[in-house]
Amino acid sequence: MSNTLTSQHIDIEHIRSQFQVLHQEVNGKPLVYFDNAATNQKPQRVIDAIVHHYQNDNANIHRGIHTLAERSTAKFEETRKAVQSFIGANEAEEIIFTKGTSESINLVASSWGRKFLSEGDEVLISAMEHHSNIVPWQMICEEKGATLKVMPINEAGELILSEVENLITDKTKMVAFNHASNTLGTVNPVKEITAMAHAVGAKVLIDGAQSTSHLEVDVKDLNVDFFAFSAHKMYGPTGLGVLYGKRSILEKTPPYQGGGEMIKDVSFNGTTYNDIPYKFEAGTPDIANVIAFKEAINFIEELGKDNIAAYEQELLTYGTEQLSQIEGVRIIGTAQEKVSVISFEVEGIHHFDLGMWLDAKGIAVRTGHHCTQPLMDHFCIEGTARASFSVYNTKAEIDTFIAALKDIITKFK
Amino acid sequence: MSESIQDIQDEIIDEFSMLDGDMEMTISYIMELGEQLPEMGEDNKTEDNIVKGCQSKVWLKADLEEGKVMFEADSNTAITKGLVSLLVRILSGKSPQEIIDADLYFIDKIGLNRFIGTQRSNGFGAMMKQMKIYGLAFSTKTQNA
Repeated sequence: MSNTLTSQHIDIEHIRSQFQVLHQEVNGKPLVYFDNAATNQKPQRVIDAIVHHYQNDNANIHRGIHTLAERSTAKFEETRKAVQSFIGANEAEEIIFTKGTSESINLVASSWGRKFLSEGDEVLISAMEHHSNIVPWQMICEEKGATLKVMPINEAGELILSEVENLITDKTKMVAFNHASNTLGTVNPVKEITAMAHAVGAKVLIDGAQSTSHLEVDVKDLNVDFFAFSAHKMYGPTGLGVLYGKRSILEKTPPYQGGGEMIKDVSFNGTTYNDIPYKFEAGTPDIANVIAFKEAINFIEELGKDNIAAYEQELLTYGTEQLSQIEGVRIIGTAQEKVSVISFEVEGIHHFDLGMWLDAKGIAVRTGHHCTQPLMDHFCIEGTARASFSVYNTKAEIDTFIAALKDIITKFK
Repeated sequence: MSESIQDIQDEIIDEFSMLDGDMEMTISYIMELGEQLPEMGEDNKTEDNIVKGCQSKVWLKADLEEGKVMFEADSNTAITKGLVSLLVRILSGKSPQEIIDADLYFIDKIGLNRFIGTQRSNGFGAMMKQMKIYGLAFSTKTQNA
């Protein structure tokens, strides 16, 4: 079976050769890594960049005037520009580095939320949100006396636009939802919902953790106010994420954390704050990882986002077809448009047992509620098993997974 | 004369040693053990008897009979059920003090740490704790009686 992309010929073996971690055995079987929605693997160039930094350039940034400090600072800011270009932002200053999507959302919910939400205001999220895009809003709504409302989904796991329209009122101040669901794979109509939100003067925050490695993201075109995502879900290092925000909003938003770097002047009579993005980057940032993150972006851009998307869709289609043919398997999340994530359950087999068995056969999937407990409640299930693909996965791996699943099912008969 | 906690653990270690560390065979065997564990009645699968674990549900019931703690347990996942059956086999019918003092070295010896995991992914670790707590509670009860 050919492993080349349909739209452009890219050497899958060459891609895989850049990921040492994939070439190992787990429990005596070749590793099949299908937990990419949790975190995906890092190409050698990202790892090399981290090592290179510590071996050659390491110094604190934005404060020293010596050569190493200059070098590190320059590289750090180069990544900021690379991220700006990657998501189509207007300016590099609209790119804030955080610890991850969760911190990005917390930043907005607490800083923007504390200033701009009042009693009686409404925040609208969706029924398929990750806890990271639920709990920060619950917390700030409770503090401010605002109401949290939820956009419902249909059986396929899609948002219902007519319902969204009904839920957006003149009290709505923020609409926060994911670009793509980590559990269902659903890709949401960001542009349409953003337009609805803006029509009533509400702001929009998009959780892009699951989209940036799979889909084209152009924040100007989407016209969102905030866009949060994680480096580690797009071939970059863990512990790092981004918050994009429109300049006009970020300038009005109070700082999130206080400390070094985010200030202009400090005295005991008062302190003035730095301009964006530094206003939101207190303390020494994750320098090495930010610098290495640029290599992850390069990796994606060299392969071409369209090519990656086309290939992953092939894997998704193939995987979905194969799974659907197995008796007793039910796929959860059957939206028209999906990223390469397949959640499923098998009749008579608890997802925990499934996950442990698959691991015994060298296959890594995720099991459980996937940090989307309300979504599990909606489908009246405790959890699912989830296989999620990245550009280095292959159809052969899917075949191995399917064969393993069929074997496991016989053990439970 | 019933077997000691140590004897039972050594027996279990012996049984598992024949599996040669093969993960698939180990899981198969654990599931078989779980199938042998008597099903707990639905009326005993109450909130009071639930031992909290993230992905697996584990129910544990304990009664004191003639100075010995009798455990009944069940789980909604086949693998965890097998694991808890091992604990029941080792600790049920023993005195509260024996349970408190029990050093469950078999877990390490048969490579079960992998199954307990460092996360809250199954109720096994929590169940071990709960059984010890029952031991302590019953020991206090018998002392105060």
